[in-house]
Amino acid sequence: MQTVDERAKEALNKKAPYGEDINIEDYEEPVTTPSVDPGDRERLLDIGIQESGRSGTYMQFDSSVLREETLQEGIEVMSINRALEKYDWLRDYWWKAVQVDQDKYTAYSQLHPVKGYFIRALPGVKSRFPVQSCLYMKGSDILQNVHNIIIAEEGSELDIITGCAVGEKSNRGLHIGISEFYVKKGAKLSFTMIHSWGEDVAVRPRSGAIVEGTFLSNYVNMRPTKSTQMYPVSYVKDNATVRYSTIVVAKEGSNIDVGSRAHLEGKGAKTEMISRGISTGGNAYLRGDIVGKAEGVKGHLECRGLILGEKGMIYSVPELTATLSDVDLSHEAAIGKIAEEEIFYLMSRGLSEEEATSVIVRGFLSVDIKGLPPALDAEIKKIIDSSISSL
Amino acid sequence: MLEIKNLSVEVEGKGILKEVNLKIEDGESCVLFGPNGSGKSTLIQAIAGNPNYRVTGGAIFFNGKDITEMAADERVKQGIGVVFQQPPAVRGVKLLDLLKHIHSDENRIKSVASELNMSHFLERDVNLGFSGGELKRSEMLQLLLMEPDLSLFDEPDSGVDIENLELIGKAMNALLKREKPRVRKASGLIITHLGSIMQYVLVDRGFIMLDGTIVCSGNPQELLENIKENGYEECARCRQ
Repeated sequence: MQTVDERAKEALNKKAPYGEDINIEDYEEPVTTPSVDPGDRERLLDIGIQESGRSGTYMQFDSSVLREETLQEGIEVMSINRALEKYDWLRDYWWKAVQVDQDKYTAYSQLHPVKGYFIRALPGVKSRFPVQSCLYMKGSDILQNVHNIIIAEEGSELDIITGCAVGEKSNRGLHIGISEFYVKKGAKLSFTMIHSWGEDVAVRPRSGAIVEGTFLSNYVNMRPTKSTQMYPVSYVKDNATVRYSTIVVAKEGSNIDVGSRAHLEGKGAKTEMISRGISTGGNAYLRGDIVGKAEGVKGHLECRGLILGEKGMIYSVPELTATLSDVDLSHEAAIGKIAEEEIFYLMSRGLSEEEATSVIVRGFLSVDIKGLPPALDAEIKKIIDSSISSL
Repeated sequence: MLEIKNLSVEVEGKGILKEVNLKIEDGESCVLFGPNGSGKSTLIQAIAGNPNYRVTGGAIFFNGKDITEMAADERVKQGIGVVFQQPPAVRGVKLLDLLKHIHSDENRIKSVASELNMSHFLERDVNLGFSGGELKRSEMLQLLLMEPDLSLFDEPDSGVDIENLELIGKAMNALLKREKPRVRKASGLIITHLGSIMQYVLVDRGFIMLDGTIVCSGNPQELLENIKENGYEECARCRQ
């Protein structure tokens, strides 16, 4: 059998099926350890990284781990490197939910020095507050190579908010982020990712989840990004549930290509995918794919796009595959502009044209993210709200 | 209150209203009759300031001020409110959030909502999946909180059952302050097809619109009886 390294080497030139092909060699691995300035702290707050109300924190600037701490017993937060040293068994989780030879980015990640986080809730433990993690690119022209493993052991409940940002808006960079999620029986994991990269940053997350419990994956990307492409996938086992909620805004110059894929391979597995995309001049590709492979599975995919302004493009691709009859899969997709009729209606209630537009856009993006703790839900709404005002 | 002079309006390049003249005094409530397609709704949309309804001639005065070129939200500030026949749904916007834009006192919002049996709809998306009666009640709720000097009602009685009609009539009377004839300034213009709302709301005067023009005005009950007896054909003949 081939080793992981051998498989990676063979895939080093394998292009990804979606997104622009990035020349990885154009970027350098960081060598210095950055410091945290007041400006950085401000940007961290924007992406949900705060000093209180957290059960643990992982913070990585470029390739330096600045913080790895846990404040609750039974919740582990540490760098992946430390975790791999500590736990021999962790090797069994390495490249099990994501394929190392998926494309050149996964291959590169395996064959180069990597950082990242390990977050785990021990069996039956419930996180009192969300755990936060932050992947920050402070330097320019750098490549950030990250590999994360998240495990919610049997009967545990874990909420994670992870924020990604850059030090300067003009920074050029490439972020490769492998994330592998393992949600065991009776466990519930919510993972909320806020992206706030820069106009010249390319982002290639590669995520996979093996789910025996409940997995809620939320993604918010409303700031400019040169090129973001990801297609997280989950393997949903017997009676397990996966819900993806995605909110993206493609500004002029941004290319965002985001999908969600669920393999419903256990009896009674369920998935729901909800995405909202706005283009204010950039390109947004919204993909979704549900594969029904077992009896009694159920999946629904809902995608709505809104084009604001004259430029911009939204491309919506919902896909359903079934390999047996006892499945219930459906999708709906719609793209349009703001209905003038709705603007006039709100204006006839006294709202100005600007207020009416903002209320409608806010309404469009108000995806009910079910299953989040109320405080976290409010936090995410606030982050979305503040991004709307900058549209 | 409202004075419309020689108003001509077109929609998508097609002339609908032709030199309409109409006057509503302070405290007066009027009905506007007319067959389908005669231009009644167009008149209300034009008074409300819908940009799709282009004024090609004439003017609209409200409390002495020319509002012909005013944006819809400015007209609201002047004191005009509309109950639409088919208001659009606004997805993702909770009715309560819209009402908070209209009125700052949440207790008042809740009490008016309860009077209109709308308490359960406050957390619902505006008009999304509402039935005919629910739509009208939602519209009435918004108007009651806006408290306009002039209320325009586009077919408040269409697609509504008796129970809802009674509730809507009650709300209209409150809005038009019909029970306070001496002090009221509130005025109304009501479009009605079959006149059923007139069983609940006492109106002062009626107009008939045919083919984009007001052809007749008079006692609303008499006009209605005439229409019921002879149809609009008789009006057309009378006009000639």
